[in-house]
Amino acid sequence: MTNLVEALLAGDRLALSRLLTQVENGTQDGRSALNELFQHTGNAHLVGVTGAPGVGKSSLVNQLALHFRKHSNKTIAIIAVDPTSPFTGGAVLGDRVRMRNLAGDAGVFIRSMASRGTLGGLAHATSAMVQVFDAAGFDIVLIETVGAGQAEVDIARLAHTTLVVDAPGMGDDIQAIKAGILEIADILVINKADRPGLENTERALRGMLEMAHPVKRIFQHHGKFEIAESASDEQDNTAQLWIPPIQKTIATDGTGIPELAESIGRHASYLESSGDWSLRERSRLETELDALIQDTLTNQFRSKLPEEAYDRVLVRILERELSPWEAVETLMNGRHT
Amino acid sequence: MTEKKIRVLVAKPGLDGHDRGAKVVARALRDAGMEVIYTGLRQTPEMIAEAALQEDVDAVGLSILSGAHMALAPRILELLNANGQSNVKVFLGGIIPDEDVPQLKTMGITGIYGPGTSTEDIVREIRAAVLVEPAA
Repeated sequence: MTNLVEALLAGDRLALSRLLTQVENGTQDGRSALNELFQHTGNAHLVGVTGAPGVGKSSLVNQLALHFRKHSNKTIAIIAVDPTSPFTGGAVLGDRVRMRNLAGDAGVFIRSMASRGTLGGLAHATSAMVQVFDAAGFDIVLIETVGAGQAEVDIARLAHTTLVVDAPGMGDDIQAIKAGILEIADILVINKADRPGLENTERALRGMLEMAHPVKRIFQHHGKFEIAESASDEQDNTAQLWIPPIQKTIATDGTGIPELAESIGRHASYLESSGDWSLRERSRLETELDALIQDTLTNQFRSKLPEEAYDRVLVRILERELSPWEAVETLMNGRHT
Repeated sequence: MTEKKIRVLVAKPGLDGHDRGAKVVARALRDAGMEVIYTGLRQTPEMIAEAALQEDVDAVGLSILSGAHMALAPRILELLNANGQSNVKVFLGGIIPDEDVPQLKTMGITGIYGPGTSTEDIVREIRAAVLVEPAA
Protein backbone atom coordinates (compact mmCIF):
# COMPACT_ATOMS: atom_id res chain seq x y z
CA MET A 1 0.00 0.00 0.00
CA THR A 2 2.92 2.30 0.70
CA ASN A 3 3.89 1.84 -2.93
CA LEU A 4 0.49 3.05 -4.06
CA VAL A 5 0.76 6.05 -1.75
CA GLU A 6 4.19 6.93 -3.12
CA ALA A 7 2.98 6.48 -6.68
CA LEU A 8 -0.02 8.71 -5.96
CA LEU A 9 2.15 11.44 -4.50
CA ALA A 10 4.33 11.18 -7.61
CA GLY A 11 1.26 11.82 -9.76
CA ASP A 12 0.40 8.29 -10.94
CA ARG A 13 -3.26 8.33 -11.99
CA LEU A 14 -3.78 4.57 -11.81
CA ALA A 15 -2.47 4.56 -8.24
CA LEU A 16 -4.85 7.42 -7.44
CA SER A 17 -7.76 5.51 -8.95
CA ARG A 18 -6.96 2.30 -7.08
CA LEU A 19 -6.55 4.12 -3.78
CA LEU A 20 -9.93 5.77 -4.31
CA THR A 21 -11.45 2.30 -4.63
CA GLN A 22 -9.76 1.05 -1.47
CA VAL A 23 -10.85 4.12 0.43
CA GLU A 24 -14.39 3.95 -0.90
CA ASN A 25 -14.67 0.31 0.11
CA GLY A 26 -13.32 1.11 3.55
CA THR A 27 -10.64 -1.57 3.39
CA GLN A 28 -7.78 -1.84 5.84
CA ASP A 29 -5.41 -0.89 3.01
CA GLY A 30 -7.48 2.16 2.28
CA ARG A 31 -7.39 3.15 5.89
CA SER A 32 -3.63 2.88 6.21
CA ALA A 33 -3.25 4.86 3.01
CA LEU A 34 -5.42 7.62 4.47
CA ASN A 35 -3.23 7.67 7.56
CA GLU A 36 -0.19 8.26 5.38
CA LEU A 37 -1.91 10.75 3.11
CA PHE A 38 -3.55 12.90 5.77
CA GLN A 39 -0.46 15.05 6.34
CA HIS A 40 -0.60 16.05 2.67
CA THR A 41 -4.20 17.30 2.84
CA GLY A 42 -5.68 20.67 3.65
CA ASN A 43 -4.74 22.54 0.49
CA ALA A 44 -7.64 21.96 -1.87
CA HIS A 45 -10.66 24.23 -2.19
CA LEU A 46 -13.65 21.91 -1.71
CA VAL A 47 -16.72 23.03 -3.63
CA GLY A 48 -20.04 21.22 -3.17
CA VAL A 49 -22.69 21.35 -5.90
CA THR A 50 -26.15 20.22 -4.94
CA GLY A 51 -29.74 20.61 -6.05
CA ALA A 52 -32.74 18.62 -7.19
CA PRO A 53 -32.38 16.02 -9.95
CA GLY A 54 -32.55 17.57 -13.40
CA VAL A 55 -31.52 21.14 -12.58
CA GLY A 56 -28.28 20.67 -14.51
CA LYS A 57 -25.63 20.03 -11.87
CA SER A 58 -23.45 17.80 -14.05
CA SER A 59 -23.51 20.23 -16.96
CA LEU A 60 -22.67 23.05 -14.59
CA VAL A 61 -19.76 21.13 -13.06
CA ASN A 62 -18.55 20.36 -16.56
CA GLN A 63 -18.62 24.05 -17.53
CA LEU A 64 -17.00 25.19 -14.31
CA ALA A 65 -14.18 22.70 -14.72
CA LEU A 66 -13.67 23.81 -18.33
CA HIS A 67 -13.60 27.43 -17.22
CA PHE A 68 -11.08 26.86 -14.44
CA ARG A 69 -8.87 24.85 -16.80
CA LYS A 70 -9.00 27.56 -19.45
CA HIS A 71 -8.47 30.57 -17.23
CA SER A 72 -6.15 29.25 -14.54
CA ASN A 73 -3.65 26.48 -14.12
CA LYS A 74 -5.67 24.92 -11.33
CA THR A 75 -6.20 21.18 -11.46
CA ILE A 76 -9.70 19.85 -10.90
CA ALA A 77 -11.01 16.68 -9.32
CA ILE A 78 -14.70 15.85 -9.60
CA ILE A 79 -16.62 13.43 -7.40
CA ALA A 80 -20.07 12.77 -8.89
CA VAL A 81 -22.46 10.94 -6.61
CA ASP A 82 -25.52 9.14 -7.94
CA PRO A 83 -28.00 7.08 -5.94
CA THR A 84 -27.71 3.36 -5.36
CA SER A 85 -30.88 1.32 -5.87
CA PRO A 86 -32.14 0.40 -2.41
CA PHE A 87 -33.48 -2.88 -3.80
CA THR A 88 -30.59 -4.34 -5.74
CA GLY A 89 -27.62 -2.39 -4.44
CA GLY A 90 -26.69 -1.57 -8.02
CA ALA A 91 -26.40 1.84 -9.61
CA VAL A 92 -26.16 3.50 -12.98
CA LEU A 93 -23.75 6.40 -12.73
CA GLY A 94 -24.38 8.71 -15.65
CA ASP A 95 -22.77 12.00 -14.77
CA ARG A 96 -19.89 11.42 -17.16
CA VAL A 97 -22.31 11.73 -20.07
CA ARG A 98 -22.43 15.48 -19.40
CA MET A 99 -18.72 15.79 -18.78
CA ARG A 100 -17.37 14.46 -22.03
CA ASN A 101 -15.55 17.60 -23.08
CA LEU A 102 -13.25 17.25 -20.09
CA ALA A 103 -11.79 14.06 -21.55
CA GLY A 104 -8.15 14.14 -22.54
CA ASP A 105 -7.14 16.79 -20.01
CA ALA A 106 -4.61 15.41 -17.54
CA GLY A 107 -5.49 18.25 -15.17
CA VAL A 108 -8.95 16.83 -14.60
CA PHE A 109 -9.93 13.61 -12.85
CA ILE A 110 -13.56 12.52 -12.68
CA ARG A 111 -14.74 9.80 -10.35
CA SER A 112 -18.32 8.55 -10.20
CA MET A 113 -19.57 7.26 -6.92
CA ALA A 114 -22.69 5.36 -5.92
CA SER A 115 -24.34 6.43 -2.69
CA ARG A 116 -24.48 2.78 -1.53
CA GLY A 117 -27.19 3.62 0.94
CA THR A 118 -25.38 3.01 4.18
CA LEU A 119 -26.60 5.51 6.74
CA GLY A 120 -24.00 8.18 7.21
CA GLY A 121 -21.57 6.11 5.20
CA LEU A 122 -21.90 8.25 2.12
CA ALA A 123 -20.57 11.36 3.73
CA HIS A 124 -17.82 9.31 5.30
CA ALA A 125 -16.66 7.69 2.07
CA THR A 126 -16.94 10.98 0.22
CA SER A 127 -14.85 12.73 2.81
CA ALA A 128 -12.21 10.01 2.56
CA MET A 129 -12.15 10.28 -1.23
CA VAL A 130 -11.85 14.05 -1.00
CA GLN A 131 -8.79 13.56 1.19
CA VAL A 132 -7.19 11.34 -1.43
CA PHE A 133 -7.72 13.98 -4.14
CA ASP A 134 -6.51 16.70 -1.81
CA ALA A 135 -3.33 14.75 -1.05
CA ALA A 136 -2.85 14.06 -4.75
CA GLY A 137 -2.51 17.81 -5.18
CA PHE A 138 -5.75 18.79 -6.91
CA ASP A 139 -6.43 22.50 -6.38
CA ILE A 140 -10.22 22.34 -6.56
CA VAL A 141 -12.40 19.35 -5.68
CA LEU A 142 -15.95 19.63 -7.03
CA ILE A 143 -18.39 17.35 -5.21
CA GLU A 144 -21.69 16.84 -7.04
CA THR A 145 -24.59 15.23 -5.22
CA VAL A 146 -28.23 14.51 -5.93
CA GLY A 147 -30.53 16.74 -3.95
CA ALA A 148 -32.25 14.36 -1.60
CA GLY A 149 -32.29 15.76 1.88
CA GLN A 150 -30.04 15.07 4.80
CA ALA A 151 -27.27 13.52 2.75
CA GLU A 152 -26.88 16.86 1.03
CA VAL A 153 -26.45 18.69 4.27
CA ASP A 154 -23.82 16.17 5.33
CA ILE A 155 -21.90 16.58 2.14
CA ALA A 156 -22.29 20.33 2.10
CA ARG A 157 -20.63 20.26 5.47
CA LEU A 158 -17.58 18.77 3.79
CA ALA A 159 -17.21 21.66 1.43
CA HIS A 160 -15.72 25.09 1.90
CA THR A 161 -18.12 26.53 -0.63
CA THR A 162 -21.55 25.08 -1.36
CA LEU A 163 -23.49 25.84 -4.53
CA VAL A 164 -27.21 25.13 -4.43
CA VAL A 165 -28.57 24.85 -7.95
CA ASP A 166 -32.17 25.60 -8.82
CA ALA A 167 -33.95 26.01 -12.14
CA PRO A 168 -37.08 27.84 -13.23
CA GLY A 169 -40.20 25.78 -12.81
CA MET A 170 -38.82 23.48 -10.13
CA GLY A 171 -41.37 24.45 -7.51
CA ASP A 172 -43.13 27.40 -5.98
CA ASP A 173 -41.73 29.79 -3.42
CA ILE A 174 -42.88 27.63 -0.51
CA GLN A 175 -40.40 25.00 -1.68
CA ALA A 176 -37.70 27.60 -1.48
CA ILE A 177 -38.56 28.45 2.09
CA LYS A 178 -39.23 25.03 3.51
CA ALA A 179 -36.27 23.26 2.02
CA GLY A 180 -33.48 23.51 4.54
CA ILE A 181 -31.17 22.84 1.68
CA LEU A 182 -31.21 26.47 0.63
CA GLU A 183 -29.79 27.47 3.96
CA ILE A 184 -26.59 25.63 3.26
CA ALA A 185 -25.98 27.68 0.11
CA ASP A 186 -22.97 29.93 -0.09
CA ILE A 187 -23.86 30.64 -3.69
CA LEU A 188 -27.30 30.17 -5.25
CA VAL A 189 -27.34 29.24 -8.90
CA ILE A 190 -30.36 29.50 -11.15
CA ASN A 191 -29.47 27.29 -14.07
CA LYS A 192 -31.46 27.03 -17.30
CA ALA A 193 -31.88 30.79 -17.04
CA ASP A 194 -33.25 30.91 -20.57
CA ARG A 195 -36.36 29.08 -19.42
CA PRO A 196 -39.65 30.84 -18.72
CA GLY A 197 -40.31 31.48 -15.06
CA LEU A 198 -36.84 32.81 -14.32
CA GLU A 199 -38.24 35.96 -12.70
CA ASN A 200 -40.44 33.95 -10.33
CA THR A 201 -37.62 31.69 -9.25
CA GLU A 202 -35.31 34.62 -8.75
CA ARG A 203 -37.91 36.56 -6.79
CA ALA A 204 -38.57 33.58 -4.55
CA LEU A 205 -34.87 33.02 -3.83
CA ARG A 206 -34.21 36.70 -3.28
CA GLY A 207 -37.18 36.95 -0.97
CA MET A 208 -35.88 34.04 1.02
CA LEU A 209 -32.45 35.64 1.31
CA GLU A 210 -33.97 38.91 2.49
CA MET A 211 -35.98 37.17 5.16
CA ALA A 212 -32.89 35.46 6.47
CA HIS A 213 -30.96 37.49 8.97
CA PRO A 214 -27.40 37.67 7.77
CA VAL A 215 -25.24 35.96 10.32
CA LYS A 216 -21.90 34.32 10.19
CA ARG A 217 -22.76 30.69 9.80
CA ILE A 218 -20.53 27.85 10.77
CA PHE A 219 -21.78 24.30 10.91
CA GLN A 220 -21.52 22.55 14.16
CA HIS A 221 -21.23 18.84 14.27
CA HIS A 222 -24.72 18.30 15.59
CA GLY A 223 -26.13 20.04 12.58
CA LYS A 224 -26.93 23.44 13.99
CA PHE A 225 -25.43 26.68 12.93
CA GLU A 226 -23.17 28.32 15.37
CA ILE A 227 -23.46 32.06 15.33
CA ALA A 228 -19.86 32.96 15.62
CA GLU A 229 -18.85 36.20 17.30
CA SER A 230 -17.14 38.34 14.74
CA ALA A 231 -13.41 38.64 15.24
CA SER A 232 -13.69 42.04 16.87
CA ASP A 233 -16.99 42.25 18.69
CA GLU A 234 -17.47 45.99 18.57
CA GLN A 235 -17.65 46.24 14.77
CA ASP A 236 -21.13 44.91 14.45
CA ASN A 237 -21.42 45.58 10.76
CA THR A 238 -22.67 43.27 8.10
CA ALA A 239 -19.87 44.19 5.73
CA GLN A 240 -17.91 41.26 7.14
CA LEU A 241 -20.69 38.84 6.38
CA TRP A 242 -21.15 36.77 3.27
CA ILE A 243 -24.51 37.26 1.60
CA PRO A 244 -25.09 34.39 -0.84
CA PRO A 245 -25.13 35.82 -4.34
CA ILE A 246 -27.62 34.58 -6.92
CA GLN A 247 -25.92 33.61 -10.17
CA LYS A 248 -27.84 32.93 -13.35
CA THR A 249 -26.37 30.40 -15.74
CA ILE A 250 -27.17 28.41 -18.85
CA ALA A 251 -24.89 25.43 -18.45
CA THR A 252 -25.51 24.07 -21.92
CA ASP A 253 -23.95 27.10 -23.62
CA GLY A 254 -21.74 28.46 -20.84
CA THR A 255 -23.66 31.67 -20.15
CA GLY A 256 -22.93 33.02 -16.68
CA ILE A 257 -20.13 30.55 -15.97
CA PRO A 258 -17.31 33.16 -15.74
CA GLU A 259 -19.39 35.11 -13.20
CA LEU A 260 -20.10 31.95 -11.22
CA ALA A 261 -16.44 30.96 -11.21
CA GLU A 262 -15.59 34.45 -10.02
CA SER A 263 -18.12 34.14 -7.18
CA ILE A 264 -16.51 30.89 -6.10
CA GLY A 265 -13.14 32.60 -6.05
CA ARG A 266 -14.54 35.51 -4.07
CA HIS A 267 -16.06 33.13 -1.54
CA ALA A 268 -12.69 31.45 -1.06
CA SER A 269 -11.07 34.85 -0.46
CA TYR A 270 -13.85 35.76 1.93
CA LEU A 271 -13.34 32.54 3.90
CA GLU A 272 -9.65 33.26 4.19
CA SER A 273 -9.93 36.92 5.14
CA SER A 274 -12.74 36.40 7.64
CA GLY A 275 -11.15 33.42 9.34
CA ASP A 276 -14.08 31.21 8.39
CA TRP A 277 -11.82 28.88 6.46
CA SER A 278 -10.18 27.56 9.58
CA LEU A 279 -13.50 27.47 11.43
CA ARG A 280 -14.98 25.38 8.67
CA GLU A 281 -11.96 23.12 8.62
CA ARG A 282 -12.37 22.63 12.32
CA SER A 283 -16.05 21.79 12.17
CA ARG A 284 -15.47 19.52 9.19
CA LEU A 285 -12.80 17.52 10.95
CA GLU A 286 -14.87 17.47 14.11
CA THR A 287 -17.80 15.99 12.18
CA GLU A 288 -15.49 13.41 10.71
CA LEU A 289 -14.01 12.48 14.06
CA ASP A 290 -17.48 12.08 15.54
CA ALA A 291 -18.61 9.91 12.66
CA LEU A 292 -15.54 7.71 13.00
CA ILE A 293 -16.05 7.32 16.72
CA GLN A 294 -19.66 6.33 16.10
CA ASP A 295 -18.72 3.82 13.41
CA THR A 296 -15.96 2.32 15.46
CA LEU A 297 -18.06 1.96 18.60
CA THR A 298 -20.97 0.51 16.65
CA ASN A 299 -18.73 -2.01 14.94
CA GLN A 300 -17.05 -2.96 18.20
CA PHE A 301 -20.37 -3.45 19.90
CA ARG A 302 -21.89 -5.42 17.04
CA SER A 303 -18.86 -7.66 16.67
CA LYS A 304 -19.21 -8.77 20.30
CA LEU A 305 -22.94 -9.26 20.02
CA PRO A 306 -24.01 -12.72 18.84
CA GLU A 307 -26.31 -12.54 15.81
CA GLU A 308 -28.90 -14.71 17.61
CA ALA A 309 -29.11 -12.32 20.54
CA TYR A 310 -29.75 -9.46 18.15
CA ASP A 311 -32.41 -11.46 16.33
CA ARG A 312 -34.10 -12.49 19.58
CA VAL A 313 -34.37 -8.89 20.70
CA LEU A 314 -35.64 -7.86 17.28
CA VAL A 315 -38.39 -10.48 17.52
CA ARG A 316 -39.40 -9.13 20.91
CA ILE A 317 -39.65 -5.65 19.41
CA LEU A 318 -41.78 -7.00 16.58
CA GLU A 319 -44.10 -8.61 19.12
CA ARG A 320 -44.32 -5.31 20.98
CA GLU A 321 -42.82 -6.84 24.11
CA LEU A 322 -40.04 -4.31 24.07
CA SER A 323 -39.87 -0.80 22.74
CA PRO A 324 -36.83 -0.07 20.58
CA TRP A 325 -35.34 1.97 23.41
CA GLU A 326 -35.80 -0.85 25.91
CA ALA A 327 -34.26 -3.18 23.39
CA VAL A 328 -31.17 -1.01 23.15
CA GLU A 329 -30.88 -0.93 26.93
CA THR A 330 -31.28 -4.69 27.09
CA LEU A 331 -28.51 -5.16 24.57
CA MET A 332 -26.20 -2.58 26.10
CA ASN A 333 -26.56 -4.06 29.56
CA GLY A 334 -25.93 -7.55 28.30
CA ARG A 335 -29.29 -8.74 29.63
CA HIS A 336 -30.12 -10.37 26.35
CA THR A 337 -28.29 -13.58 27.19
CA MET B 1 -16.06 -2.92 5.52
CA THR B 2 -18.33 -2.70 2.50
CA GLU B 3 -18.53 -5.76 0.31
CA LYS B 4 -16.62 -5.67 -2.93
CA LYS B 5 -18.76 -4.02 -5.60
CA ILE B 6 -18.31 -4.89 -9.24
CA ARG B 7 -17.81 -1.72 -11.27
CA VAL B 8 -18.46 -1.81 -15.00
CA LEU B 9 -17.98 0.88 -17.60
CA VAL B 10 -20.59 0.71 -20.36
CA ALA B 11 -19.48 2.68 -23.38
CA LYS B 12 -20.40 3.21 -26.99
CA PRO B 13 -17.36 3.83 -29.13
CA GLY B 14 -17.64 4.94 -32.71
CA LEU B 15 -20.24 6.80 -34.65
CA ASP B 16 -23.47 4.85 -34.62
CA GLY B 17 -26.18 6.41 -32.50
CA HIS B 18 -28.06 3.34 -31.34
CA ASP B 19 -27.72 3.13 -27.59
CA ARG B 20 -30.80 1.11 -26.70
CA GLY B 21 -28.77 -2.08 -26.31
CA ALA B 22 -26.16 -0.40 -24.14
CA LYS B 23 -28.88 1.03 -21.92
CA VAL B 24 -30.65 -2.32 -21.56
CA VAL B 25 -27.39 -3.97 -20.55
CA ALA B 26 -26.55 -1.12 -18.16
CA ARG B 27 -29.93 -1.52 -16.52
CA ALA B 28 -29.54 -5.32 -16.25
CA LEU B 29 -26.12 -4.99 -14.63
CA ARG B 30 -27.51 -2.45 -12.19
CA ASP B 31 -30.34 -4.79 -11.30
CA ALA B 32 -27.71 -7.47 -10.67
CA GLY B 33 -26.20 -5.19 -8.02
CA MET B 34 -23.30 -3.81 -10.02
CA GLU B 35 -22.22 -0.19 -10.28
CA VAL B 36 -22.43 0.83 -13.91
CA ILE B 37 -20.67 3.91 -15.18
CA TYR B 38 -22.44 4.95 -18.34
CA THR B 39 -20.57 7.24 -20.71
CA GLY B 40 -23.02 7.94 -23.49
CA LEU B 41 -22.62 7.97 -27.24
CA ARG B 42 -19.71 8.52 -29.60
CA GLN B 43 -16.77 7.90 -27.34
CA THR B 44 -13.27 7.61 -28.71
CA PRO B 45 -11.10 4.70 -27.56
CA GLU B 46 -8.99 7.25 -25.67
CA MET B 47 -12.03 8.58 -23.80
CA ILE B 48 -13.08 5.05 -22.88
CA ALA B 49 -9.65 4.05 -21.62
CA GLU B 50 -9.38 7.27 -19.62
CA ALA B 51 -12.80 6.72 -18.03
CA ALA B 52 -11.88 3.11 -17.21
CA LEU B 53 -8.75 4.34 -15.49
CA GLN B 54 -10.43 7.11 -13.49
CA GLU B 55 -13.26 4.84 -12.41
CA ASP B 56 -11.04 1.84 -11.57
CA VAL B 57 -13.53 -0.53 -13.16
CA ASP B 58 -13.38 -4.31 -13.16
CA ALA B 59 -14.91 -4.64 -16.61
CA VAL B 60 -15.67 -2.60 -19.72
CA GLY B 61 -18.72 -3.32 -21.89
CA LEU B 62 -18.57 -1.97 -25.42
CA SER B 63 -21.59 -1.67 -27.67
CA ILE B 64 -20.73 -1.43 -31.35
CA LEU B 65 -23.26 -1.63 -34.17
CA SER B 66 -21.30 0.20 -36.82
CA GLY B 67 -19.12 -2.65 -37.99
CA ALA B 68 -15.98 -0.90 -36.77
CA HIS B 69 -15.33 -3.41 -34.00
CA MET B 70 -12.19 -4.85 -35.60
CA ALA B 71 -10.60 -1.40 -35.38
CA LEU B 72 -12.08 -0.11 -32.13
CA ALA B 73 -11.82 -3.18 -29.88
CA PRO B 74 -8.06 -3.80 -30.32
CA ARG B 75 -7.33 -0.09 -29.90
CA ILE B 76 -9.21 -0.02 -26.59
CA LEU B 77 -7.46 -3.19 -25.38
CA GLU B 78 -4.12 -1.65 -26.31
CA LEU B 79 -4.85 1.56 -24.39
CA LEU B 80 -6.06 -0.33 -21.32
CA ASN B 81 -2.83 -2.34 -21.33
CA ALA B 82 -0.74 0.78 -21.78
CA ASN B 83 -2.44 2.26 -18.72
CA GLY B 84 -1.61 -0.78 -16.62
CA GLN B 85 -5.18 -2.04 -16.66
CA SER B 86 -4.63 -5.40 -18.34
CA ASN B 87 -6.69 -6.94 -15.53
CA VAL B 88 -9.85 -5.22 -16.80
CA LYS B 89 -12.14 -7.63 -18.67
CA VAL B 90 -13.57 -6.31 -21.93
CA PHE B 91 -16.95 -7.45 -23.27
CA LEU B 92 -18.43 -6.66 -26.63
CA GLY B 93 -22.05 -6.41 -27.70
CA GLY B 94 -23.80 -5.42 -30.89
CA ILE B 95 -23.62 -6.67 -34.44
CA ILE B 96 -20.50 -8.82 -34.60
CA PRO B 97 -20.22 -11.32 -37.49
CA ASP B 98 -19.46 -14.86 -36.37
CA GLU B 99 -16.26 -15.01 -38.39
CA ASP B 100 -14.77 -12.14 -36.37
CA VAL B 101 -15.41 -13.77 -33.01
CA PRO B 102 -12.36 -16.08 -32.82
CA GLN B 103 -10.01 -13.25 -33.71
CA LEU B 104 -11.58 -10.89 -31.18
CA LYS B 105 -11.24 -13.53 -28.47
CA THR B 106 -7.58 -14.01 -29.37
CA MET B 107 -7.06 -10.27 -29.03
CA GLY B 108 -8.35 -10.53 -25.48
CA ILE B 109 -12.08 -9.80 -25.61
CA THR B 110 -13.62 -11.89 -22.82
CA GLY B 111 -17.19 -12.21 -24.07
CA ILE B 112 -19.12 -11.31 -27.22
CA TYR B 113 -22.89 -10.95 -27.25
CA GLY B 114 -25.07 -10.55 -30.31
CA PRO B 115 -28.76 -9.79 -30.60
CA GLY B 116 -30.98 -12.11 -28.60
CA THR B 117 -28.48 -12.79 -25.83
CA SER B 118 -30.26 -12.96 -22.50
CA THR B 119 -29.17 -10.36 -20.01
CA GLU B 120 -28.88 -13.11 -17.37
CA ASP B 121 -26.13 -14.73 -19.41
CA ILE B 122 -24.26 -11.43 -19.67
CA VAL B 123 -24.58 -10.78 -15.95
CA ARG B 124 -23.44 -14.29 -15.05
CA GLU B 125 -20.44 -14.23 -17.36
CA ILE B 126 -19.26 -10.78 -16.30
CA ARG B 127 -19.55 -11.74 -12.66
CA ALA B 128 -17.67 -15.01 -13.22
CA ALA B 129 -14.89 -13.34 -15.20
CA VAL B 130 -14.40 -10.53 -12.71
CA LEU B 131 -14.55 -12.59 -9.56
CA VAL B 132 -12.11 -15.26 -10.81
CA GLU B 133 -9.35 -12.73 -10.78
CA PRO B 134 -10.16 -9.93 -8.32
CA ALA B 135 -8.93 -6.54 -9.41
CA ALA B 136 -5.79 -5.45 -7.58
